Amino acid sequence: MKNNQRISLPSIPTLEYKKFLEQNVSLLKEPNNHCVNYYGFPSGGKIKLLCCIANDKEGTILVSSSYAEQNQLLPSFTNYNLAFHIFERELHENFGIKYSDHPWLKPVRFPFDRADKNSSSRNYPFYKIDSEELHEVGVGPIHAGVIEPGHFRFICNGEQILHLEIQLGFQHRGIEKLFLEKKIFLQRTTLAENIAGDTVAGHTTAFVNLWESLCNYKAEDDLKFSRTLALELERIAIHTGDLSALCTDIAYQLGSAVFGRLRTPLINYFQIWCGNRLAKGLIRAGKNNFPFTNELKNILEKLLHDYENDFDEICKEAFSLSTVLARFEKTGTVSNKDAFSIGTVGMSARMSGIERDVRKSHPHDLYSSFNHQPITKNHGDVYSRVQIRKEEIKQSIGYIRKLLENIPQQNKNRNPLSLSQPDSFCISLVEGWRGEICHCAITDEKGELAHYKVKDPSFHNWLALALAVRQNEISDFPVCNKSFNLSYCGHDL
Amino acid sequence: MLDNLKILFHQGKQYIPDVTNAEMPGIFRGRPIINSEKINEDEFMEICPTNAIEKNPVSIDLGKCTFCGECAFAFPNKIKFTTDYKISSNERERLIIKEGEDKPIELNPSLIRKEISEYFSGSLKLRQVSAGGDNSCELELNACGNVNFDMGRFGIEFVASPRHADGIVITGPISENMAEPLQICYDATPEPKIIILAGTDAISGGIFSGSPALNRNFLSKYKIDLFVPGNPVHPLTFINGILELIRKRK
Repeated sequence: MKNNQRISLPSIPTLEYKKFLEQNVSLLKEPNNHCVNYYGFPSGGKIKLLCCIANDKEGTILVSSSYAEQNQLLPSFTNYNLAFHIFERELHENFGIKYSDHPWLKPVRFPFDRADKNSSSRNYPFYKIDSEELHEVGVGPIHAGVIEPGHFRFICNGEQILHLEIQLGFQHRGIEKLFLEKKIFLQRTTLAENIAGDTVAGHTTAFVNLWESLCNYKAEDDLKFSRTLALELERIAIHTGDLSALCTDIAYQLGSAVFGRLRTPLINYFQIWCGNRLAKGLIRAGKNNFPFTNELKNILEKLLHDYENDFDEICKEAFSLSTVLARFEKTGTVSNKDAFSIGTVGMSARMSGIERDVRKSHPHDLYSSFNHQPITKNHGDVYSRVQIRKEEIKQSIGYIRKLLENIPQQNKNRNPLSLSQPDSFCISLVEGWRGEICHCAITDEKGELAHYKVKDPSFHNWLALALAVRQNEISDFPVCNKSFNLSYCGHDL
Repeated sequence: MLDNLKILFHQGKQYIPDVTNAEMPGIFRGRPIINSEKINEDEFMEICPTNAIEKNPVSIDLGKCTFCGECAFAFPNKIKFTTDYKISSNERERLIIKEGEDKPIELNPSLIRKEISEYFSGSLKLRQVSAGGDNSCELELNACGNVNFDMGRFGIEFVASPRHADGIVITGPISENMAEPLQICYDATPEPKIIILAGTDAISGGIFSGSPALNRNFLSKYKIDLFVPGNPVHPLTFINGILELIRKRK
């Protein structure tokens, strides 16, 4: 199937587990393939497993399924391909499925409906090394800054980090279940907007594209235009904020202040357009409350012009300073091999030369018109992630200018959204600023939503951060963490 | 050095000179006004994703409202959102805007504890706790301290430890997994301490209200000193709310 294509649920092949394992594991031997989602849902007293492998060259997604029972002992996919580790940990946590050869069935997020209610963040046994020379440092769940909670446990040899274990789940709000419980369509859109406040355009676009496909609705160009523009603006705004935060962490005051203030006109632009600085309320399925006008175009052109001048000036200064480069270069390195084996996506993949970008491989909305070339770096260090941000900002400005050349007319006689189709499965991939967002939905025989699955790019990428800080000084942790800027709420859901 | 000075010069003055009377750029969904026009009240109520709208009389609860504006699109003659960003209050009731009302939302001076203006009017240090927040309010609270809003000029700052803080700011609907860390943080804050709820999710649970993954018991145990509505809260809403809290006297 293709991105945003609706298929009938019975058309998904159901394989015997052994065959299911063999097929999906062998698919991943091909470097153009990667697993975008692997999850389970209750179906007829059993657990139906659904595995979605994307072929990035062909732009297709291969979906297969199998059945498992609660508390059943199964051989793991992870034993053959490490990228599956997080999916199988989730299956174990949610349904109690046991694996005979999974390396570490560490809890993922302590959801309220987990299989083992005795497992909690209070009694979680962190990985320990028995040594008199090593010491442990624990941080969180509440961090020192104004950011979301998570717990980080370092094992250090003096200043050097040997191992970092990350435990999340503190932000778990039960979002996937709420998608089923909230029956009103606007409620579901609001939920999508509140998955991650820094990725409002990303997650909401994934949701509305998915929903329109479920309803056999073809979005007109003006809707696609708004979504593409919002995604690229969000990318520029958050990347700019990240550059500011990275400068703050290395105590480079000028960069911190200038990048920080450059973010303001961008998010204020969202407010001018739709009344909310983070674009909440902007994107809706089958309608557009805030049609794009020529006046908005003029404001944006002026804004980008002013932004680019100041941005180029501060970039030139910041990235010629040896003190800045000394902190960024060779800090927090993840090798291409490691990044590939754990299945990273988005910036966290492109930093190590893995060209993984939904905008190119599975284009949606107006992306097919850009001939998008993902920006990749090869060193996998903080500096690679900084450079990707800097270059993606410039690339996105180019895309926005191209979009503005041809603003589609608003359709005033839009067909209303019909009901969602019965017995369907649909998958929606969006390249958010952080990477690949994946929403999946299943409808029952009446067309009602039967299961909803959200996957934030951070789900794959948190392990990359843990690997990046090994052998680094513990004082470099903040800059490593900020250079990934992974989502807590998007992960915990 | 000269390059740095040039950059500083090119940046110009970025701060908002008077954050208590600043104009909001563009459109903004702040304090709503509901007029007395007769409409189908049930239809009006049904639009709202978070049940913020009630009838008899028609009212909207800003503590539940996610400011999506869909009610104003469906019934443009009935409700409109103004750009008035001063929508904080220390009394939950005052966040409920009724039909025909068009007056600023203010704090109730009789509910402000005496210690607050006595100790905190010139300096207030806050510890922020993100308890299931979606990172949007967190981004905006960070923005309060940037070069545009510069909340630090009033002596109001976020600090790294509850032991350095005069109060806590809670964002998010308070997940079960954050209930205990939140309590520990509150206990570690020295007396007299204040509690501020920032954002619709914190005030009422917002769209997450009723989710079995939440545990909001903490809120029933203590007096809340300030409610700051918004999804997310706008920095100007937050700064003005706090200023009113620490400056207003009985």
